[in-house]
Amino acid sequence: MHPTDTSKPDHFHKVVDCQWACPAHTPVPEYIRLIAAGRYADAYMVNWHSNVFPGILGRTCDRPCEPACRRVRVETNNGNEAESVAICRLKRVAADHKGDIQARLPQRAAANGRRVACVGAGPASLTVARDLAHLGYQVSVFDRDPKAGGFMRTQVPRFRLPEEVIDEEIGYILGLGIQFHGGTPISSLRRLLSDGFDAIFVGSGAPRGRDLDLPGRREAAARIHIGIDWLASVSFGHVTSIGKRVIVLGGGNTAMDCCRSARRLGGTAVKVIVRSGYDEMKASPWEKEDAQHEGIPILNYLVPVEFEHEKGRLMAVRFRKVRPELDDRGARRLVPSGEPDQRIECDEAIIAVGQENSFPWIERDLGLAFDDGGLPVLDTATLQSSLPNVFFGGDAAFGPKNIIWAVAHGHEAAISMDRWMRGEDVRLRPPPRVHMTSQKMGIHEWSYDNDISPEPRRKVPWAAAELALKSIRVEVELGFDGSNAWKEAQRCLNCDVQTVFKRELCIECDACTDICPMDCITFTTNGDEADLRRQLRAPALNVRQDLYVSDSLRTGRVMVKDEDVCLHCGLCAERCPTGAWDMQKFLLELSRAAPDRESVEAGREIR
Amino acid sequence: MTWIAKPRLHHPTLARNSLGYTRRDYEGKVSTLCAGCGHDSISAAIVQAFWLMDIAPHRVAKLSGIGCSSKTPDYFLGPAHGFNTVHGRMPSVLTGANLANRSLIYLGVSGDGDSASIGLGQFAHAIRRGVDMTYIVENNGVYGLTKGQFSATADPGSVSKKGVANTDGPLDLVGLALLLGASFVARGFAGDKAQLVPLVQAAISHKGSAIIDVISPCIAFNNHAGSTKSYDYVREHNEAVNQLDLVPSRNEITVDYAAGETVELAQHDGTFLRLHKLREDYDPHDRIGAMNYLHEHQARGEVVTGLLYVDPAAQDLHAGLETVETPLNLLSEAELCPGAAVLEHINSSLR
Repeated sequence: MHPTDTSKPDHFHKVVDCQWACPAHTPVPEYIRLIAAGRYADAYMVNWHSNVFPGILGRTCDRPCEPACRRVRVETNNGNEAESVAICRLKRVAADHKGDIQARLPQRAAANGRRVACVGAGPASLTVARDLAHLGYQVSVFDRDPKAGGFMRTQVPRFRLPEEVIDEEIGYILGLGIQFHGGTPISSLRRLLSDGFDAIFVGSGAPRGRDLDLPGRREAAARIHIGIDWLASVSFGHVTSIGKRVIVLGGGNTAMDCCRSARRLGGTAVKVIVRSGYDEMKASPWEKEDAQHEGIPILNYLVPVEFEHEKGRLMAVRFRKVRPELDDRGARRLVPSGEPDQRIECDEAIIAVGQENSFPWIERDLGLAFDDGGLPVLDTATLQSSLPNVFFGGDAAFGPKNIIWAVAHGHEAAISMDRWMRGEDVRLRPPPRVHMTSQKMGIHEWSYDNDISPEPRRKVPWAAAELALKSIRVEVELGFDGSNAWKEAQRCLNCDVQTVFKRELCIECDACTDICPMDCITFTTNGDEADLRRQLRAPALNVRQDLYVSDSLRTGRVMVKDEDVCLHCGLCAERCPTGAWDMQKFLLELSRAAPDRESVEAGREIR
Repeated sequence: MTWIAKPRLHHPTLARNSLGYTRRDYEGKVSTLCAGCGHDSISAAIVQAFWLMDIAPHRVAKLSGIGCSSKTPDYFLGPAHGFNTVHGRMPSVLTGANLANRSLIYLGVSGDGDSASIGLGQFAHAIRRGVDMTYIVENNGVYGLTKGQFSATADPGSVSKKGVANTDGPLDLVGLALLLGASFVARGFAGDKAQLVPLVQAAISHKGSAIIDVISPCIAFNNHAGSTKSYDYVREHNEAVNQLDLVPSRNEITVDYAAGETVELAQHDGTFLRLHKLREDYDPHDRIGAMNYLHEHQARGEVVTGLLYVDPAAQDLHAGLETVETPLNLLSEAELCPGAAVLEHINSSLR
């Protein structure tokens, strides 16, 4: 193999699995160390710059970081149950304990005379607004709802996300001088374009809940609800009660929020019923667990076929029983099991089987192209539409995703919009800046805790069930206290503290190979990647994790490190007599809107 | 040394041997030697060898004297029996322990100071008696613990870290062992575990005195230009005569060497030493030839490594003394005091 090129950020960035997996590339280990040090406000600001809504995301994020967490792989076959660091809930700790951070927020810049409109006040639009407002753009945000927040406010129930948290974090953004127009649905893009905005961002989400066109649906409509609409009504207080027996159809996170909300509004016998198997449900594992914890059964392999009603009053839902079967190509499909249909009585039903994009307000003759699926045709990197001054992000761009993707889109769109309005090439993206800093403090002393905590993952304490189920406004999770947060933070392996190898200093004494607890390091004759992966001390079977390969050493061999299960304990560097190994912190400074020109020029080479 | 203990976490696919132990179960405490010390590499080779041979750590007795090398038994085979003896006296204590309990596997670890200076007499007599042991000399040519004075194995002309050349003649422990009748003599290099691990395995499986002189660079005081025991010097002048494999039985599938290039030596315990010849003219059965070869190459400044001499049919000390098989601590009163009639019989035989 060729020596690993560490001058480009990707190799070391990939080693930080959580950060690589995060759409917004939040420097997770960095803020976890700050939390461990009790520097909650600093930890909060690291998050705020990167993901804009730390308090909200610390409660509601889909956490792509956690399944990616190296701790899971490291703990496999090592005694305890293999579990990731509780990254998401540690983020909440920073938000809960930060104190007043008002003074740390960016200052409003002098107006630059350009005007931007954001359609929708969800996470994507608000991110665009934040990134552009402090550069001097005059940003107007429009939403059909009276309050800003979009999905975060209307669809995430209050027992998971208190209103104060939403108000606070949206307040930080709107406080940058953004004009928010609540209760102002945009009904025509043509009219908006004619209002003279220099650029328009569409972050209107995926506002239409999918329906089930089954017999009885129309007749019993009064007792059958569309999940996201029902959640919004609950959120704004238009709906305050529900029947005792409730069936929730669907297996995604919206279904989980619906069933748990129903449980709090009077539903005593709430059931979630899904077509697929339990394991194939789209909901995050922890959301399924939380629902079951509240006494909500999840029934699977049941396909709804009819809403049974008596004179418009919903009586039951009839289901066809199915079972999974593999076809010739190995693809899974559901086939009727042949058993008699199952009838489940209920008073109300909630349909939470997905969401769709909907742009009835965008005139199709404006030159803004849509694909066959009804989604706008976009440049995936710049999020620019075929109308060059209109940009998309969040669920409106590529269909329903989640908050953290919306934030990531927002950042990218803001860069594009800023460059476009300044007349620069939107395709040319400013490169990230990478800082590599040695963490060596003394002969055996590092600026991070390199000892590996053997502790299992800590559970977040919950409010007492009888209290939590009584009201939809009582937050269920209480969050970690300082001492639990510290213990959980210590489980982090500090994957951003990289093992950096300097070939010319190595004397091939084997000290690093011998001390490495995980058998990551091998000195061997070079070969192609498949060959090298086999001949390591521990075969590198996880091909999604890269090998770190040096140039030829004095004996003609190469150093190969399998990054897969490195503990970042620094023992290789401690045992290295020549300093050929060093532990260096990798800090990725992602570009935001308004980079200086010089770095953009450098970016041309990277692209 | 390091301030943290080596984490107990191990690679998810770490293999277990037939006893159910992983290699990590054969480790000891974290080393307190200087970073990069050749001795640590030897400790790792010992860990690997015992793990590969499926020997339960508690069936091993590890003994050492004084010095950097003699600290190392603390860093491997944590559950083994151990005795950190007086300077240079490890061979006597090992001999005594072996006489008292021959059911354990004896591993003596010593250095060039411990064995070639203060303990030279002990070294000689343990070998002469044919004590069944693996005797590893971690040879770095300097007294590391007292800041790098030349030891008795330093080559003349070798330059100290301060730039002073050694003027004394060297003691060659391999030559000495051959002369004294050791039935297994090898030399290894801490920087080449592929060669060292099989040597240690073969020495453990050998019945009789097995001596391995391991050149082990002292990073702190003897790894500079001008040293003859540095990583660079040994790598440049290494004259390996063979590459060894220890195979459990002859049926084992092997690497495909060309005909005539491998020799298999049956051992008393049913295992085989498979030697891949790197030097066509080298015969590890010829003690005199080995001594000549060694001296010729040494005179050219070369470091001869590999399995230099082996007598697979060797006898050990117990055979000569006709001692009882049972460890002494397991002999009961009935066996130790067989009664007046037996005493009378012995007495009468001596009159």
